[in-house]
Amino acid sequence: MAAGVATWLPFARAAAVGWLPLAKKTMPKPPVDKKSRNDEILIVNVSGLRFQTWKNTLDRYPDTLLGSSEKEFFYNEDTQEYFFDRDPEMFRHILNFYRTGKLHYPRQECIQAFDEELAFYGIVPDIIGDCCMEEYRDRKKENQERLSEDTEAEMATDTPLPPNSTPRERLWRAFENPHTSTMALVFYYVTGFFIAVSVIANVVETVPCRPIKGSVKDLPCGEKYSVAFFCLDTACVLIFTFEYLMRLFAAPNRCKFMRSVMSVIDVVAIMPYYIGLVMPENEDVSGAFVTLRVFRVFRIFKFSRHSQGLRILGYTLKSCASELGFLLFSLTMAIIIFATVMFYAEKGTKGTNFTSIPAAFWYTIVTMTTLGYGDMVPNTIAGKIFGSICSLSGVLVIALPVPVIVSNFSRIYHQNQRADKMRAQQKVRLARIRLAKKGTTNAFLRYKEEGGLQDHDSDSAALCLKNRSSFEHQHHHLLHCLEKTTNHEFTDELTYSEMCMTESVGYRTSRSTSLSSQQAVSSSCCPRRAKRRAIRLANSTVSVSRGSVQELDTLQVQKSSIGPQSRSSLNARTEDLKLNCEQRDYTAAIISIPTPPANTPDESLPPSPAVPGILRNSRTTSYTQEAVKISSL
Amino acid sequence: MGVVLGTFSIQPKQVNYRRDKVDDELEMTMVCHRPEGLDQLEAQTNFTKQELQVLYRGFKNECPSGVVNEETFKHIYAQFFPHGDASTYAHYLFRAFDTTNNGSIKFEEFVMGLSTLLRGTVREKLEWTFHLYDINRDGFISKEEMTEIVRAIYDMMGKYTYPALKGDVPKQHVDAFFQKMDKNKDGVVTLEEFILACQEDEMMMRSMQLFENVM
Repeated sequence: MAAGVATWLPFARAAAVGWLPLAKKTMPKPPVDKKSRNDEILIVNVSGLRFQTWKNTLDRYPDTLLGSSEKEFFYNEDTQEYFFDRDPEMFRHILNFYRTGKLHYPRQECIQAFDEELAFYGIVPDIIGDCCMEEYRDRKKENQERLSEDTEAEMATDTPLPPNSTPRERLWRAFENPHTSTMALVFYYVTGFFIAVSVIANVVETVPCRPIKGSVKDLPCGEKYSVAFFCLDTACVLIFTFEYLMRLFAAPNRCKFMRSVMSVIDVVAIMPYYIGLVMPENEDVSGAFVTLRVFRVFRIFKFSRHSQGLRILGYTLKSCASELGFLLFSLTMAIIIFATVMFYAEKGTKGTNFTSIPAAFWYTIVTMTTLGYGDMVPNTIAGKIFGSICSLSGVLVIALPVPVIVSNFSRIYHQNQRADKMRAQQKVRLARIRLAKKGTTNAFLRYKEEGGLQDHDSDSAALCLKNRSSFEHQHHHLLHCLEKTTNHEFTDELTYSEMCMTESVGYRTSRSTSLSSQQAVSSSCCPRRAKRRAIRLANSTVSVSRGSVQELDTLQVQKSSIGPQSRSSLNARTEDLKLNCEQRDYTAAIISIPTPPANTPDESLPPSPAVPGILRNSRTTSYTQEAVKISSL
Repeated sequence: MGVVLGTFSIQPKQVNYRRDKVDDELEMTMVCHRPEGLDQLEAQTNFTKQELQVLYRGFKNECPSGVVNEETFKHIYAQFFPHGDASTYAHYLFRAFDTTNNGSIKFEEFVMGLSTLLRGTVREKLEWTFHLYDINRDGFISKEEMTEIVRAIYDMMGKYTYPALKGDVPKQHVDAFFQKMDKNKDGVVTLEEFILACQEDEMMMRSMQLFENVM
């Protein structure tokens, strides 16, 4: 139950008087509150600091330590106070929570100490007020990150695998977390080494080596030691192919794996080699083949599996794509404008470099980025004037968006992180709130199951029922009154859907089974659910009798006569279950209303001992008597 | 260059500016209401001084400004009925308590209502209930008004009930109610018809006594 609602419960119960004229059944008896009504002041002694508060204040939150009977464990008979050996400074905030309904986080306290106090007093940190929630979360996150860094450094191994994992799963895990086994680590380093070797080989291939004897020209090393380089390349590609095939085999979702960036990079890195093998030694095609060798440089991207930083860089670039796009767009506009101007300014000059506007692009880019190679320079005065304007505006155009982009980077990056986390937390928070809500609804249903709705004497009441707080008793009584007013009971989603499903299996068969099961209430060996359903059928249909076949016949006749009518009235609905429910209600309505006096002695039956089964049995026998009356009318 | 600078004005992303609403809220007057004295309230209601004290402490804690507005009221009432939607019924209940019809319940109205419900005579309780049902305060309960109230009550039950709510159960309930209450069959229920019919209903009379020791 949420904040401070306990104070309004008497009001809600008083308002239940408004349901009385409508009630189809009599209201149940309210729970007897044996405790004294007068509010008393409690003394809570926390390590010497005495706090005093009304008992009602603490009772507001019955699911915390101070609000429940748990505090009795800390009661000191001699001094007539509750003694807690905890931090008195923190307790001030805890007690303020009870008083105001809002939990605040004191900024000067350590977050862990605060969390421990909350855990001790049974208060969930989710109810921290919005004013302090941000601060609390930030501090907690910081703390957790620091702790997790420490634990990661300590941890040698990851969590162990589930014992019955297939070799495929183990292999995948080895690929993803190389720290798990020595083999995986070895493989990780070997592949890293070969990537480095392959990249270095690609680079060294092009360095000019001393020419072979008899030749004058400098040869690149690749051609001099072509066999060696070829063997090296083959070895690397073999390793990469093997690795790729292993990953493909181990991947839990192969399609997804093949579409991932890393696997595309892998494929692109090894493809040129195979294409080179397959292709014949043809002059025309070898030109294209040379281009393909460029793709071997993509092997360097395979390092991103080994480096976290590369991955983060890639991600941030991806997330800042719009900013970069804007920069590119504005630059392109500026380049086109200035190139056009320069071209037309330099058009007249003889032997000028500015042969076309696209040729002038190069000059514009070099000038705007303040590189100024000097391979293209304007000669005319107009050209020089526009050239200087170009370089000045270049400074502006480049320099201005760059800090914006850089700050956007960091803002977007952090925002993304925080937004995702907040969304996840929000989902968790909402789920927890929903769970708590379901908890309160389930509390009432469990209460019913445990027979809490029956009238018990104090002796026979089950202990579990006794331990419920008076607030819960009264709240459940209120919900019970609502049930009686509307003549429907609360159920949970599961039972509701079960009921709807099972009843749709031909209403005739279900009726006969239900009637027969009602006939043999005590000897039912059916599972509890069916029994409960049968008993509920007994409860809801006042008219159905047990024990006397005669009554059954008359009532069956009655029911079947109503059958076609209600069916025709519901021809839009095709499900049988609705028929059944509608029908039952209809008969109950017909029979219960003209005979209210007949019902009342029913309801005010003296309570039988606590066992629910026997109680219901006695109730059903009373119904038999009533049914006899009805059929004789 | 001006055109270049002009491109900066074209923002590719929409930037939302959040208007500072805090200042507006601060300008709102702090509504604070103090109830009449304890002695006066004791005289007007059937509660003892201690009971009034307990009630006021709870009330003031929840509503420091001294009044309850409809939103808060609906929120509080909804906490008691998590299964379904209690807002409609809470609305009618709010109107029943708000005797001065100014959109907020003061402590006096609250305590008067409670006094009628818990410590009043049977006739007073029935009159209160009649006023709850009579939505437009014309002195008659029509079928439409009753249907509204009954629907609101069934809304509180929620979706998962046993037996399932099929067909127009509220309407049947209302028909049954009118059959019982409307003596002269003129389609509306007056206060006298209502009180008479309720007094004849022993079941109801007995139930009324159950709520006496709620406080």
